[in-house]
Formats: sequence, C-alpha cells, structure tokens
Amino acid sequence: MFTAQQYVRPASIEEAYALNQKITSAILGGGCWLRLGKRRIGTLIDLSALGLDSIEETEREITVGAMVTLRQLETSGALGQSFGSGFARMTEHIVGVQFRNCATLGGSLAARFGFSDVLTWLLALDCQVELAGAGRISLAAYAQMPHDRDILLRLILQKNGRKAVYESFRNTQTDLPVLTCAVSTLDGDLRIVLGARPSRAAALDGLSLSIDADAAAKAAQAHFSFGTNMRASADYRRHLAGVLVRRAVTQLQEAEQ
Amino acid sequence: MKITVTINGQAYTEEVSPDLLLLDFLRAHGCYSVKRGCDTSNCGLCTVHLEGKPVLSCSVLAVRADKKHVITLEGLQTEAAEFGAFLADEGGEQCGFCSPGFIMNVLAMVRELEHPTEAEIQAYLAGNLCRCTGYQSQLRAVRKYLAWKQEGTP
Repeated sequence: MFTAQQYVRPASIEEAYALNQKITSAILGGGCWLRLGKRRIGTLIDLSALGLDSIEETEREITVGAMVTLRQLETSGALGQSFGSGFARMTEHIVGVQFRNCATLGGSLAARFGFSDVLTWLLALDCQVELAGAGRISLAAYAQMPHDRDILLRLILQKNGRKAVYESFRNTQTDLPVLTCAVSTLDGDLRIVLGARPSRAAALDGLSLSIDADAAAKAAQAHFSFGTNMRASADYRRHLAGVLVRRAVTQLQEAEQ
Repeated sequence: MKITVTINGQAYTEEVSPDLLLLDFLRAHGCYSVKRGCDTSNCGLCTVHLEGKPVLSCSVLAVRADKKHVITLEGLQTEAAEFGAFLADEGGEQCGFCSPGFIMNVLAMVRELEHPTEAEIQAYLAGNLCRCTGYQSQLRAVRKYLAWKQEGTP
C-alpha cells in the first residue's frame, strides 16, 4: 500500500497539472493499481471534481472522460451502438463488477500496462487522447510515449464506421490476460492489435480484409515479438496469437458479408 | 482531511489520513462484515455499496467516500437474511468468510439487472472468490432466490 501525505481535489485542470509537476505527486484514478504499490506519495491528486466522469456523444465523435469507470464503458449505450459488443467483451474478464466500478479509463490508459485489455481494444479503433499539457494526440502515439508529468483528460473516439472485434485468453477466469487481440476494419482495410505479449499493445496495419484468415494469423505471428513471463512462454503466446487472430478475422469477415 | 461519510444511514464526520482505505474506515465504525481478504483487489470479500454501486472497499480511499453514502451488510439485514437462507439451504456457505461480500454483490445484481440470465449471473459474480464451495451451491442459491423474488414462492 502507498502512503500519501496530502490529498487534493483540484477545482481546475490547470491546478491539477501544476500540482502534478512535482515528482512526488501522483494522480489518483481508480486507485486499484496504485494501492498495490509502496510509493511514498507527497500529494495525491484526485481528478474527481473536474467533470471527467461522463461519456458524451456528438454526430462524429464520442468523448470519454478519464474518470469514467470500466463498468461505465461496459454498459454504455452510446459505445455499444457505435462499436457493437466490443467494449463489453473487452471489460468482462477484468476481475469483477466491483473492481470495474472502481477502475477508470484514465488509470488504465495512462499506465499503459502491457497486459491492458483497454489499450489493446482502443488501438483497434480510431482514437485520440487529450492531455492537459500536450493537447490532442493520437492514442497510437500516446501508447508509445514514455511516462511523463502530463495528465490524461479525455479519450476521443471517431464514429467513422470502423468495425472491430475483441478476443483474449486467460489461464484462469479474472486473471490478467496471457494475450489480448483486437482486429478492426474500415473501407476494406485490416488492423490487427496484439497486447500482453507480454509487452505493451501495438498495431499491425496495411492488411486487407479480403486476406485469408490463416494468412492474417501468420502475418501477425511474424510481425509481433513475443516474450515469456510467469503466465506463458513466448512460443505459447505466438501460437495463441495465430488462434485469436484467425478467430477475430473470421468473425469480421463473416460480419461484413 | 475532514470527511463526512454516511454509513448505513448514519453520518460520521472525522479527520482521516489521505491514505486510509474505506475498508479500514468502515471496520473502525463497527462494520465487521467488511472483510480484508486478498488485499489485492481480486477476491470481492470487502464489497460494499458506494452510492448504490458495488465497489471493493479495499481499493477505495476513505477520502473518496466524503459526502457519500455507503451501505454494508449491516445496513441490509432484511435482504441479507432472505438471501442468506437460500445460501444456507443450498450449502453455499461453508467457512462463510466470503459470504458478506458475496451477498452484497448478489443484492447489487438484483437491483441492477431485472431478469439476469445464467451467463449474466456468472459474469456479475465473477469477482467474488470462494475457496470452499466450488460455486455450484452458490449459483443454485442465487437462482432459487431470484425465482422466489420474481414469483414470490420459494
């Protein structure tokens, strides 16, 4: 468990950003991961008074605040209507409902965990993130950035008709995933995202939806690097990648027919 | 920091440390149904309702509950006894350590989902671990409790 000397609930983004420039400060998202560590935090910055806990929809975009919980993502009608069952599929194995009522989108994304179901799924869609200091950048760029003192405020999802499906594999129910996989298509292209390899999720673009599912699986196995940890070996992950990609591509192709 | 938390209908105002967990705050106020289990946000033993939603009190800071309502098993005794009877009848309660958290999550599910399917029940309760029962007896109890709630007959 961490320790904290001071707790602040800023009334403005500027105040939160200024407070977070100190290296001993920490942003409090859901707190689920933070509480597992032993950091000695000077100022704990709670973003819950900044109105970042809602999902807002316009004709072209859906904007999700950083303090929206994983359970809100799972049950949102707006997200379900635009992106099918993917948000529910992606969150359903993350511990339990009680955990998902605590954990936030911002905490999940800002940490950029290798095992993140959330990052894997969102990289398959067309998204940007809004940061307090750097403004809007693509999620793909954010995913590769090193951690800094900026604050993730919102996620902006384009409603451009991209279709996506999500697959993951766990050794036991509610455990961290052994491999995560999201595959999406827009105008006949094919994007494959693999995470928990165990390194951070990354995308393979430039394929076509008309590709044979076996060929897509082999392309993914050849493109991504796989590693070994306590959950699985690199070889096992590479094999799983083939299975999950083949399954996801087939689902997309059948849905598009 | 001074916070005011309403626990089972009664407001408590206190000075707390910023890193105090809601779990410890609740137990300090006599809510011993709230158990510390895995302490890693996994087992569901510490489940309480925060503003009506089930949360893990081992992962919520007490300061986050400021000006909010928390309900523990002590505050839902009638409903807990009703479901608890089904749990006992089906042998779904052996050592009993996980029962308070499990009951709190079942009661949250009943409020949130009108007619949950088998898959929805299992998904909703996936975050409640039990080392004794193998879950089948608990699921039987849930199904019978739901049928009783819906039809008014055991």
